[in-house]
Amino acid sequence: MSAQASLPRDFFAAFGTTEPAPERWDGSEEHLWTLLRGIPDPEIPAISLVDLGIVRELHCESGARAATVVITPTYAGCPATEAIRQQILRVLEAAGVTSPTIELRISPPWTTDWITATGREALQQFGITPPCTIAGNVPRALQFRPACPRCGSHQTEQISAFGATPCKALHRCQQCREPFDYFKPL
Amino acid sequence: MNTPAETSHRAAAKMLDPHHVAWVLRLADGSLVLSQRMTEWCGHGPVLEEDIAFSNIALDLLGQARLLYSHAGALEGRSRDEDAFAYWRDEAEFRNPTLVELPNGDFGQSVLRAWAYVSWQCLVWARLEESQDPALAAIAAKSIKESRYHQEHLGAWVVRLGDGTEESHRRMQAALDYLWPYTSELFHLDAVESAAMHAGIAPGLDALSETWAGHTAALLQTATLKPPAPTPFMATGRQGRHSEAMGYLLNELQSLARAHPGAHW
Repeated sequence: MSAQASLPRDFFAAFGTTEPAPERWDGSEEHLWTLLRGIPDPEIPAISLVDLGIVRELHCESGARAATVVITPTYAGCPATEAIRQQILRVLEAAGVTSPTIELRISPPWTTDWITATGREALQQFGITPPCTIAGNVPRALQFRPACPRCGSHQTEQISAFGATPCKALHRCQQCREPFDYFKPL
Repeated sequence: MNTPAETSHRAAAKMLDPHHVAWVLRLADGSLVLSQRMTEWCGHGPVLEEDIAFSNIALDLLGQARLLYSHAGALEGRSRDEDAFAYWRDEAEFRNPTLVELPNGDFGQSVLRAWAYVSWQCLVWARLEESQDPALAAIAAKSIKESRYHQEHLGAWVVRLGDGTEESHRRMQAALDYLWPYTSELFHLDAVESAAMHAGIAPGLDALSETWAGHTAALLQTATLKPPAPTPFMATGRQGRHSEAMGYLLNELQSLARAHPGAHW
């Protein structure tokens, strides 16, 4: 109850329920990375924005308490991009960054190969099979049978090429019969 | 690395060709209008999976349109943003090929139309990666990854329905006969195409015609469908002269923004 009462009132706060209490930025770049690693993806909260490979660069100036975060969208039309911007700004402002700016960059384009090992593990734990690493070869990628995140079987079939979010497809395990999400290689 | 805005400004300073903006807008309008048509299937798909697939593809197309409109606005330098292009231009200012604005028809016709346009897009994106306009090249590099998924998915449906039951085959052949004459516009070389091609911005669409025809012939053969004989008909959507369907489409797309100018979420 008290945790709910302390939530900020703006809409995007709904995505950030796991956010820790504001911690003041110590002026180092490393600390900013730590803060960013604490921000979950709005659509797949099991993984952080950093582990998803969305945060491309970080520039900061401790004297001016200024920081610029360069981010890249996963999919061109991803509706979460605006939520992500808001979320980063909120966390940085709460940490005492006076003029945080977000720069959106589309080149080079995001690829699932940028998901970190930690991120892949987090997806797996959450029940989403991480992408195979043959991004860029769509026909081959489509033939790949992802392993079931529950029982590990490769006896799986695709139910739907497009899932609940643009980045996922829906599959089913033929061993344990459970449906599961698969993060499509891009 | 530069932001799209920075590269857009640099490109604008270097190339003052008015055809440049016009060409980018053709591409943007194609994505937006097809996105709108595919969105119409949301809640009406023949199966839940395809309902989701069409909505997802529509979303990707909308993402392309947004990037392209923002780029066109930067090139043009008249402070028009993506909304200004999408909501505040009238029918004659839209320069999408007629193919993408045609009514959806049945599911098979929608699949076939989307496949025809998306497979054209894949060829264009691939060549745009070497465009003299670096922002356009970046948008193409981003978009091609998504478009290839669309092409695979839609192509599989063309085959499944074409080489399906007697009824699905009959419907697909009818859809092909209807849509086929509109595809020639995708490769028609006019003043805008020619100027953009000579400036090194656009790939020169007439040169893509053979490749596209090859891909299409192969897919249609697998789908047991026969392309109709060529006709002299040339659609004129990219010149701003649209089919009757376009006014209705825009009315739906623009009515909310025009009823509440400047409204925000």
